[in-house]
Amino acid sequence: MTPPTKHRSILAATTLVAALWAQSALAHILQGEAYGFVTGFLHPISGADHVLAMVAVGLWGAQLGAPAIWLLPVAFPLVMAMGGMLGFLGVPFPGVEYGIAASAIVLGAAVAFEVRPSPVIAALVVGCFAIFHGHAHGTELPAGQSALLYSMGFVIATGCLHAVGIGIGTAHRWTWGRQLLRGAGTVVAAGGVFFLWKAIA
Amino acid sequence: MEGDRMNASVLRMRVRASVLFVFTLVCGPAEAHLNATGMGPLYDGLMHFLTSPEDLVPALALGLLAGLRGAPYGRRAIFALPVAWLMGSLLGLSAALASAGTLAASLWFLVLGGLVVADAKLSLRAMTALCALLGLVHGYLNGTGMGLSTQAIVATLGLSAAVFVVVVLVAALVVQLRAQWGRIAVRVGGSWIAASGILMLGWSVRGT
Repeated sequence: MTPPTKHRSILAATTLVAALWAQSALAHILQGEAYGFVTGFLHPISGADHVLAMVAVGLWGAQLGAPAIWLLPVAFPLVMAMGGMLGFLGVPFPGVEYGIAASAIVLGAAVAFEVRPSPVIAALVVGCFAIFHGHAHGTELPAGQSALLYSMGFVIATGCLHAVGIGIGTAHRWTWGRQLLRGAGTVVAAGGVFFLWKAIA
Repeated sequence: MEGDRMNASVLRMRVRASVLFVFTLVCGPAEAHLNATGMGPLYDGLMHFLTSPEDLVPALALGLLAGLRGAPYGRRAIFALPVAWLMGSLLGLSAALASAGTLAASLWFLVLGGLVVADAKLSLRAMTALCALLGLVHGYLNGTGMGLSTQAIVATLGLSAAVFVVVVLVAALVVQLRAQWGRIAVRVGGSWIAASGILMLGWSVRGT
């Protein structure tokens, strides 16, 4: 085969492969719908400040025992949704980043020092901070995505993070487990200080 | 002579390449998507319910609530809700309204999620009324805009069948939970539904 013919064959083969390699047009509405859930689900998980605070809620609930162990994970998403609603509506809320960082500091300290308020007071503390987290999620809804699926995604992810905290918190029944939880609380509080410093700087 | 043979070979190759190129350009749709091919109106109705969280989640919440209350409530819900849903969608078939927004669904998320969180001690009569109201409202909204036709009627049957399956599975799963933590997990699930309802409310008020 002479060189020009060879080149033409390679060109033809490349064109054929390129034509067969066509990707999907991504023109279906359902693509955005699916991304809405995934984006919402990843939002709390992809932010270390959210993760620390959510896990701390579960840890604190596990330390306090019943009924706080289920009262805190029930109160948090409900109040967080109120904050999310404000975010969806575009209602400004001051100091969201400071509030999120402060939530990690306060909840981490509560776990580290094994603070034992009444379940209602604990739910109120958790609820106050939940508004900041919800507002952050609500304002960061990407354009063109389903708000419903985005909301469901971040509510479910938040609940899963609480479950992780409760799961770790089951170590509380052992002496070494209690020490471990207090250590974990210290780490969460230290993380909160870092994020507060970052927000101020 | 050699040159003629080479020209003929190049020409053949060009013709082949052109034919292949044209074939790749005129390829038809793959028809791999259900929304392109369709599976008939019964499955369209079934899939509509299963892929619409606005409809699916309230039915799921009702299944959780009925399951928490026990087997008699579950038995009542698995028949009352699909029948009401079917009646509502048949009533809605001739209605002109195409969409009622998400306000109704968000209120149902809130009410049913709240009842699950509170583990509300409803009477059997109240549970039946709740099933009837949810089925009629959501069925009616599903039926609107479909137009009165045989296919639409078959689609409503698919919808009701899907409602039946979901409520049966969820209620049966919750009824058999004996451990305290299992019932608490269901109530936590209710708080997620109520929280989604609050967020949907904000979304529907904003109108996006």
